[in-house]
Amino acid sequence: MDEKTLDEIISRYDSPSGRLLGILSDIQNEERYIPRESLEMLSGKLNVHLSQLYSLVTFYSFFSLEPVGDHRITVCMGTACHVKGAGEILRNLEELLGFPVGITEEKREPVTTDDNAFTLEIARCFGACSIAPVLRVDNNLYGYAKPEALPTILKEYGWRRDED
Amino acid sequence: MKTELPVGIINRENSGLKKLKPDIPRITVGLATCGAAVGGTAIYERLRESIQKRNPDLSLVPTGCIGYCREEPIVTVAHPGKPLVLLNRVSVKDCDDILNAVLSGTVPHDKALCRIEEWDHLMGHNITYGRGFDEIPLYDEIPFFGQQKKVILRDAGIINPEDIDEFLAVGGYSAAYNALRNMEPDTVLEEVEKSGLRGRGGAGFPAGLKWRITKEKKSDKKYIICNADEGDPGAYMNRNEMESDPHMLIEGMILGAYAIGTDEGLIYIRAEYPLAIRRLKHAIAEARELGILGENIFGTDFSFDIQIATGAGAFVCGESTALVASIEGRTGRPHPRPPRLTDSGLWGKPTDLNNVETWCNVPVIIKNGSEWYRNIGAEKNSGTKVFSLVGDVEKVGLVEVPLGTTLKRIVFDIGNGGADGKAVKAVQTGGPSGGCIPLRLFDTTVDFESLNAIGSIMGSGGIVVMDEDTNMVDIARYFISFATGESCGKCIPCREGLKHTLILLNRILAGKGTAEDLDTLKSLSETIAATSLCGLGQTAPNPVLTTLEYFRGEYDSLVKL
Ligand SMILES: Cc1cc2nc3c(=O)[nH]c(=O)nc-3n(C[C@H](O)[C@H](O)[C@H](O)COP(=O)(O)O)c2cc1C
Ligand code: SF4
Ligand code: FES
Repeated sequence: MDEKTLDEIISRYDSPSGRLLGILSDIQNEERYIPRESLEMLSGKLNVHLSQLYSLVTFYSFFSLEPVGDHRITVCMGTACHVKGAGEILRNLEELLGFPVGITEEKREPVTTDDNAFTLEIARCFGACSIAPVLRVDNNLYGYAKPEALPTILKEYGWRRDED
Repeated sequence: MKTELPVGIINRENSGLKKLKPDIPRITVGLATCGAAVGGTAIYERLRESIQKRNPDLSLVPTGCIGYCREEPIVTVAHPGKPLVLLNRVSVKDCDDILNAVLSGTVPHDKALCRIEEWDHLMGHNITYGRGFDEIPLYDEIPFFGQQKKVILRDAGIINPEDIDEFLAVGGYSAAYNALRNMEPDTVLEEVEKSGLRGRGGAGFPAGLKWRITKEKKSDKKYIICNADEGDPGAYMNRNEMESDPHMLIEGMILGAYAIGTDEGLIYIRAEYPLAIRRLKHAIAEARELGILGENIFGTDFSFDIQIATGAGAFVCGESTALVASIEGRTGRPHPRPPRLTDSGLWGKPTDLNNVETWCNVPVIIKNGSEWYRNIGAEKNSGTKVFSLVGDVEKVGLVEVPLGTTLKRIVFDIGNGGADGKAVKAVQTGGPSGGCIPLRLFDTTVDFESLNAIGSIMGSGGIVVMDEDTNMVDIARYFISFATGESCGKCIPCREGLKHTLILLNRILAGKGTAEDLDTLKSLSETIAATSLCGLGQTAPNPVLTTLEYFRGEYDSLVKL
């Protein structure tokens, strides 16, 4: 992130309340993750210790320090989704994307395919529990998700089956 | 009183009434997060394009959600002088039929769910839409709607949440206006105290009392905060309140700020709610533009403004002290209380924190009086509560009923029982802090005390229905796994205890547990509950303790006795 963009982001926040998390979210919206250089620059500009910034980005699950793939798939693992079969959706996605089954729940961190096309992660409740189970790809929510429908959804984002 | 309203606002109110009861047909599309996700956005776009081409004189507006989520996408049609008709499960391919019908003065009957002839917006105008279309059932004849009492959701799904004119037209901001011009702050506070309103965020603490404590603290600066973190998985009523009627929250906060005596408010909202954030920002800007937020509100000497702070995906940040730490730019770890926020909250100043729905209750209380309000609900539990009825229930949606309504009524009369004809086995209330309640206890009423008495809590109002296929030990494991992942790690009972609870549950589920493990599970749970620092750890064992108590047989059948 160049200095000008960062300055512009900082200028959006004139009150101290909610400022740091707001700036970090905006950086992530811009870059899709939080690059180390941006944190260093921010630390210098706001005179906040780098370690404090690191403790924030590692504490809050919304932030990612690693670059994410071209498309970010998030599976809701909230209660309603759990009851309606989110676990099966997640396992199917892991299989379709070629991850070891169970890895996302075990690591509780985003996993990215080798070709950088997809990042898979889990989240708690999107607040769309009425259409559970729910998954989100980039900014699009898909409700009433069924395992059979997953390949079709993935194809919208350029995924192909190996044998295709 | 009305003539006293500033001319600018009266004009906007009149324009809002015209939009709600237009001289031309009005079509709305439910565009809250879930309605949009199941096709609402595409329907809206399609209708917009066709209207442009065929008859630009039709009015098309987005609304929030009327609560019957199972029937989304919901489109409404209002012809001048005719009832408002709700169309359900609409898809893009129905759009032409809808427009053809509307252009020939009718509605597509095969898609019609029900009609609304009159709507009591409770804050002012009681709008009569009109009569006709008698063959379509009335709103009250639909069991899902007929048994509810909409106070908080009175405007949701009917008004355009992105248009302050429509909020003004249904009596919005009249309570704030009247209070700021004609009531002393103390009188506003007393009304809220007398109403018996209790916090809707979980613990049920009397709202008026918390306001008074904050008010009576001496300090040059005070804050009020709205807790819109809505961390409970399975609960989404706060999201809908903000997406469908954001000005209702703003008005509640103005009244609170006036009563308590502060000029600054914050809404702490989860980043997972982008649409709610966008609509709130829009509403705040509209209110500022009309002089309803900012300096000298309504020309009085009272000034107050609201800012938005976003969370970043940590459940524990819904806890009051963690929430404040998070707004201050620290990691959201709770600290022991005292000091309470009312003594030393945001930036060390006295702070009043209330849940979204708590704030939303205030305008109706001030408008209609505490006595009116106390007549709704039960002893020591006045008012209504919005519940999100989800999981294995047929009619999924947001349900608003007076406190003191039985679970049976909510799950069976309103929700119509299990989905796909399966038998209901239990409900889980209160999210990770709550418990699982078996069918045989469904005569229990939902109020703060009754649910506590059976080991659960009301929490923010999530009701997750579970059917006969559900394995209750697995549900307990699910919640413990959730709490383990969300523990902030600050104290040992929660951090380590939950981890061991999870190991035990996994072992039991794998068929490798022993009867002794069940005893350990129980005592470990009790220890975690008794010794954890914050509410997360103190309540996380509830799903285990209640399933052990009510579904012991399922555990027993998994272990070698
Ligand atoms: C772990 C934890 C999470 C919480 N999450 C929320 C939440 O998402 N929303 C909320 O309003 N209250 C939440 N609370 C309760 C708040 O700490 C606080 O009691 C409440 O916001 C006060 O508002 P009320 O008095 O209007 O209910 C949570 C509490 C704990 C312990
Ligand atoms: S109980 Fe759990 S979440 Fe609460 S402070 Fe302790 S470790 Fe953190
Ligand atoms: S539980 Fe999945 S969206 Fe709420």
